[in-house]
Amino acid sequence: MTSSDQNGQDWAVDVRDLTVAYREKPVLWDVDLQVPDGVLMAIVGPNGAGKTTLIKAILELVPSAAGSVLIHGQTYQKDRSRIAYVPQRGSVDWDFPTNVLDVVTMGMYGSLGWFRRPGSKERERALKALAEVGMESFADRQISQLSGGQQQRVFLARALVQDADVFLMDEPFQGVDATTERAIVDLLRSLRKRGKTVIVVHHDLQTVPEYFDQVLLLNVRRIAAGPVEEVFTEDNLRATYGGRVAFVSAVLARRDD
Amino acid sequence: MSASIEIQLIAVTVAVACALPGVYLVLRQLAMMSDAISHAILPGIVIAFFLTEDLGSPLLIVGAALAGVLTVALVEVLRKTGLLKEDAAIGIVFPALFSVGVILIARYAGDVHLDVDAVLLGELAFAPFDRLVVGILDIPKSLAVMGVILILNVVFITLFYKELKLATFDKALAASLGFAPAVIHYALMGLVSVTAVGAFDAVGSILVVALMVAPPAAAYMLTDRLRTMLVLSAALGIVSALSGYWMARMLDASIAGSMATMAGVVFGIVLAFAPDRGLVSMARRQSRQRRAFARDMLLIHLYHHEGLPEARRECREGHLQEHLQWDPEFASTAVKTALKQDLMISQEGFLSLTESGRQHAQHALVHI
Repeated sequence: MTSSDQNGQDWAVDVRDLTVAYREKPVLWDVDLQVPDGVLMAIVGPNGAGKTTLIKAILELVPSAAGSVLIHGQTYQKDRSRIAYVPQRGSVDWDFPTNVLDVVTMGMYGSLGWFRRPGSKERERALKALAEVGMESFADRQISQLSGGQQQRVFLARALVQDADVFLMDEPFQGVDATTERAIVDLLRSLRKRGKTVIVVHHDLQTVPEYFDQVLLLNVRRIAAGPVEEVFTEDNLRATYGGRVAFVSAVLARRDD
Repeated sequence: MSASIEIQLIAVTVAVACALPGVYLVLRQLAMMSDAISHAILPGIVIAFFLTEDLGSPLLIVGAALAGVLTVALVEVLRKTGLLKEDAAIGIVFPALFSVGVILIARYAGDVHLDVDAVLLGELAFAPFDRLVVGILDIPKSLAVMGVILILNVVFITLFYKELKLATFDKALAASLGFAPAVIHYALMGLVSVTAVGAFDAVGSILVVALMVAPPAAAYMLTDRLRTMLVLSAALGIVSALSGYWMARMLDASIAGSMATMAGVVFGIVLAFAPDRGLVSMARRQSRQRRAFARDMLLIHLYHHEGLPEARRECREGHLQEHLQWDPEFASTAVKTALKQDLMISQEGFLSLTESGRQHAQHALVHI
């Protein structure tokens, strides 16, 4: 089985008819999504729209009731090294007794496999990734002493060392300072330049056109997906966010400024 | 070997064997799981005893381990319904299993040495009487059992150090990298069960809980590194075991009870005096910050009024209380701190800044 569609294009991420249900209640309903190589895509939608679930379903962290997901034509089970995952930073306990360098090194545990321990090669790669997010001077810092933005950058560095083709990020911009926001945007662009695909759960509608090439508007079902200039329209936003018309108009007014 | 040394050796082995998996329980916020498992293994032991009719059979340990894993699985099933939280699920599962064990003993095994007191408190003092003799080797059986369990724990944690750390810190990443965190979870809980049954034969289930939770919780406050936390937990476990043994000798009390008490005392000492995170050092830091803040407020006040006509009125110690509404204690702390650090001088109650005090006030204004 290949992931090529009728035009014979090879998708970085190819989601077909994906349905996820928590106890009979569908959280994602028949979602189709095709993401080409080398794009930055935002997933937007209201709370409870299934954004995080979509990412977790792609990673097979939650079971899907129907549908298929292929990464460069292969199932994730077959080749886990192609996706790097950046979870919400609130998903871990930052009081865990370890330092920044160690957390970043964890990104390479997958390529090390069972039993093998990280060595000096892994250490160097981790330091390089930390430099990419502007955190090289924090390598020996205990993780409980990091600010929210610094925690986020450590997570990004940890994804970088996975050396993947596709990056899935769950709200990396959530509650970070301006420096970190800048650092993340720079990093996203540098990933795109290297031909990587990045899919980001995003909350700030205003910055979607500035930061991203493509957007998926999601509210349990796929409302629309494609290039930002084509699908990030008032109609689609209204369809996604329902009755909150004033809010949607404000976003679009800002955008037209 | 004298009985006294043998008992201490058993105590130390039990302490270290419990402390090591205990570190992961504490880090996974599953400390109460040790309580649950150490009680819920009882029906496993009893049923295995009915099958083998031999209290010394190694199958008892297997039965206990299975019951421990069953506990974890049942808790997981209840939690996954989403109807109750993990702590409530633990609170429901383990008394249920434990009571099944108690009823089985009372109903069918009243005449066997399997009584509830021994289960809860164990009896370390009698451990040297039950011996294992292989060739020239002649050691207490519980020392042999706990020695094997300790080795098992050390080997497991050493081999899977990286995997355990990842699955404990970030379960989702572990899963997405293919490390099967659920398998690691059950393996760890199986290990906790085996350790609990081995230990409770010697020291009873209460001490198992104390030794699995108190030393790791204390070590957690002393270090920022997992490796050090493991070593410190083992060390604090040994300290609790030995000091508990000698306390029991002096007071002529239960050894297991004394060891549990000392585990609590050691934890209390660390809680109070740990550098950085201890209560004393936290209180010190807060009072230092309070003094520094009071001093800065005072210096800035003086700086604002320096050289102005109202200075003679504003810059008096009494004025701070009357007009700035400072509480007298706060005001006198501020004055004392500033004087001691030569940031200010006092002439007949009139306060004026020194040169360094002026610089300090300017700096504080910018960085406040």
